[in-house]
Amino acid sequence: MNHSKPILKVDHLTKYYGTPCPNYLAKGCTHPNSNTCAECGCLFAANAVSFSLMPGEILGVIGESGSGKSTLLKMLVMDSLASSGTIELNLDGKTIDVNQLNAAQKRALRNHKFGIVYQNPHLGLNFKVSAGGNIAERVLMKGQRDYGYIRQRASLLLERAEVSSARMDELPGNFSGGMQQRVQIAKALATEPDILFLDEITTGLDLSVQAKILDLILELQQTLSISMIVVTHDLGVVRTLADRTLVMQHGRVIESGLTDQVLEDPQHAYTQQLVASSL
Amino acid sequence: MSESTQAMPTQTTRSEGYHFGFLDEYAKREVRRSILKAIAIPGYQVPYASREMPMTRGFGTGGLQLTLSVIGTADCLKVIDQGSDESVNAVNIRQFVEETCPGVTSTTRTQAASIIQTRHRIPEHKLTEDQLLIFQVPYPDSLVVVEANEHKRKIMHGEADYSSLWVKLYEDIVEFKEITLSHRYPTRIFQHYVIDPSPIPRFDVPKLHQADFLSLFGAGREKKIYAVPPYTDAVPLAFEDIPFRVEHFETEAGQQACCAVCGCSNAYLERSYAPDGSVVFSCSDTDFCEQYRSDPTALVRYKYYESL
Amino acid sequence: MSYVAIKGGGQAIKGAADVLEYLRCKGAESEASLKIAQIENQLGGLHSRVLSEGGLYDPELVSLAIKQSRGDSFEAVYYLRAYRSTRPRLGQTPRLKTENMRLIRRISSAFKDIPGGQNLGPTPDYSQRLFRFDLLDESDEAFRQQLKNLMKKACPEAPVPDSFPKVVDFLRTEGLLPPKQVSQMPAFDITREPLIFPVSRGAGLSVMARSETGSILALAYSSMRGYGDVHPTIAELRVGYVPICYQHPSSKKWIEAGEVLITECEVVASHELDPESGQAFFTLGYGVCMGHNEAKAISMAILDRSLQHGQTHGIEHPSEDPEYVLMHIDSIDSMGFAIHYKMPHYVTFESDIDRLNKSQQAIQKEENSK
Repeated sequence: MNHSKPILKVDHLTKYYGTPCPNYLAKGCTHPNSNTCAECGCLFAANAVSFSLMPGEILGVIGESGSGKSTLLKMLVMDSLASSGTIELNLDGKTIDVNQLNAAQKRALRNHKFGIVYQNPHLGLNFKVSAGGNIAERVLMKGQRDYGYIRQRASLLLERAEVSSARMDELPGNFSGGMQQRVQIAKALATEPDILFLDEITTGLDLSVQAKILDLILELQQTLSISMIVVTHDLGVVRTLADRTLVMQHGRVIESGLTDQVLEDPQHAYTQQLVASSL
Repeated sequence: MSESTQAMPTQTTRSEGYHFGFLDEYAKREVRRSILKAIAIPGYQVPYASREMPMTRGFGTGGLQLTLSVIGTADCLKVIDQGSDESVNAVNIRQFVEETCPGVTSTTRTQAASIIQTRHRIPEHKLTEDQLLIFQVPYPDSLVVVEANEHKRKIMHGEADYSSLWVKLYEDIVEFKEITLSHRYPTRIFQHYVIDPSPIPRFDVPKLHQADFLSLFGAGREKKIYAVPPYTDAVPLAFEDIPFRVEHFETEAGQQACCAVCGCSNAYLERSYAPDGSVVFSCSDTDFCEQYRSDPTALVRYKYYESL
Repeated sequence: MSYVAIKGGGQAIKGAADVLEYLRCKGAESEASLKIAQIENQLGGLHSRVLSEGGLYDPELVSLAIKQSRGDSFEAVYYLRAYRSTRPRLGQTPRLKTENMRLIRRISSAFKDIPGGQNLGPTPDYSQRLFRFDLLDESDEAFRQQLKNLMKKACPEAPVPDSFPKVVDFLRTEGLLPPKQVSQMPAFDITREPLIFPVSRGAGLSVMARSETGSILALAYSSMRGYGDVHPTIAELRVGYVPICYQHPSSKKWIEAGEVLITECEVVASHELDPESGQAFFTLGYGVCMGHNEAKAISMAILDRSLQHGQTHGIEHPSEDPEYVLMHIDSIDSMGFAIHYKMPHYVTFESDIDRLNKSQQAIQKEENSK
């Protein structure tokens, strides 16, 4: 693993809706207290976001509703097209500029190099296919054709995500919310991805279940040294998981740094507010 | 397609007979071009403007358009349905071709045919390089069982992304201990496209692999043409540790069944019930059965079946 | 009459054809053979339906198809389409100017009164569907007398305008519809090019123009009942004759090859922002078919709008999904495939039995080993 080069490098990534003012990036086209430009009426869901993710690092992205964190994630996993800015990946010794990829290449990249766990399990799992089948789909995509091996691997991945492999042939609808998240995690890890994206994965779960899921993530991180981006509105999640954190508001990154520093000694007024109001 | 600059075929009056091959020459040209493209891209479904025929869709209009577009007076035609030349559908099609293609001969003997149009079977006798096999196809797309939307399927085929099909096979084994697909078994052609080889039983799929003959597939209603060229890999999808198996015919006592008419035990059999309720098996390929009984030396089998 | 899948296939087919022909002729002792003209006149509704679904404008052949198939509209359409497959396409006429239609009927639901007036024409819309039992044994004489009585009432000198202005043109000048855009795209010939989605609006309209009436009606109806978002008003429904003009390939002289009877329906639906100008306007749905077939033209206009709505707002219902609508409304494909299940499938069924046996054996084995 090359520790000097970031595995993911994002530069001035922007997503707007409408027609922006000319030279909008230089102008800083928004009012400080909103993500809409007073002049052109354009809505900047994400505004000039820049950061790097180092190999083996967990990066937290924290913000409230409308902060742009979901928009950012969608662009990173190539679910939505950026309006401007670049996403660069350094994988297997090669540099990839996401803007240069066609739809098929993006799909291939996402399927083989990324793992994604969604807040809504219906986005990450096929509910018409068994838990084991969901994992099998990823393993099959990598070209694996030995049924026995696929069963074994699915079983192993489920156990590692603390789902009893005796339940591997059940449909996801039979599982509790927490279990569905675990199945998602197992599925996301099935292809040994380079980057794992976690989108609000504990939101809506019971507190005790949340804690267990976070423990699982940490443990996986320690064993697999996988790079992760964790998007959440919950300070407790970044506190537990993230090495570094970005704070987003109105589509912009308003503060970033080591998680401990950002949470113990917030510089920006909004971050201070967030930290003060957390339970 | 601008046709006003081409020489116009003579206008027929109502009572005159049909143009040779029923279809006008532009229709035949389009079908032939689609065939060439299909051969050039093995397993790829070529869309074409399928013409309406005097028989209903679902009754072989796709196969028929292929036959009519390539047949000439030097050809000898065999038409089978379920392996039999006497089946109503086969008789109807053969009569139609005989009427609209004067000079073409027809036969029930597999060895004598230059063109064989078939529904649901590949003949047991090994076909040669000089023979053309034309399949009637209801569903051209192997992915239709996992995705209803054609546009999405097209992308999956283009990227050779058959993972949802593989998942279905996996789930089958989990639930039924067996892959439940009996016919239309998904088969990978030339390491890319996975085709639906038409409702031939599993038994016939091995005949496509590295075959001496060209196979053409015509889906009239779905308006697609595809091909398996000669000497091309045609591999049924199977897990490495669960090999692809063909049908095995057993008597009620659990013994290997054989044809009650000719005695053959390694051809595809069909069942009927005797008055006392017992099962009687016979060859589905009627011409093969007749030859096996009278002169088996004239028959050549595919290697695969020698070990059955 | 049992169907056998073994020997005697040819004989069985001949036998079936004979029985069908018998059913057609069995009244020969007391009945007269149906005259071709009788079908077009006295069974005009069926005639128009088969004409529009066959997509081949030859009223005489349409009547023959109906006669030969004993009134089975699906079978009759097959005859026409198969015949069409033997005809090469000679060329293409310029756009038909339906504003110059020689009308027999023209109404608008959008306005009480329109320039040229509301002309009901030949419609059963406002009649009572009560039996006229006197028609049970109408004599040829009474039939002729009926015609004489009607002709006495007719006024051949009554002034009828040559053409009637289009209501949609009026809506355009009033600024309620966006300015007319004439498409530069060549017409898509669905009889010569395969449909590869996404297809153009023209291709979709062509498919719907020859679709099976019941199928397109059901889908449009689903939209009306809430599986859709169209809310239509009929701006204009016209039925009449349009001339077919063609340029001779060598002399380049314009010739009128004949005239065709068509039904045209323009539907106005919920207003939306026009992407070109940013202004709001009503939206349009268009339906047209050969012959006099109103339920079909109206359904087509509604589905045209529904499909366009799906394109701009995303597909929420089957009636908004082009693949769902366009792939299932042609009777050649749908009826053919439905009845193909009657063909022998015993080879595949034998294979199904093999699969079941193997599954049963495997499950039994697992049960026994427990």
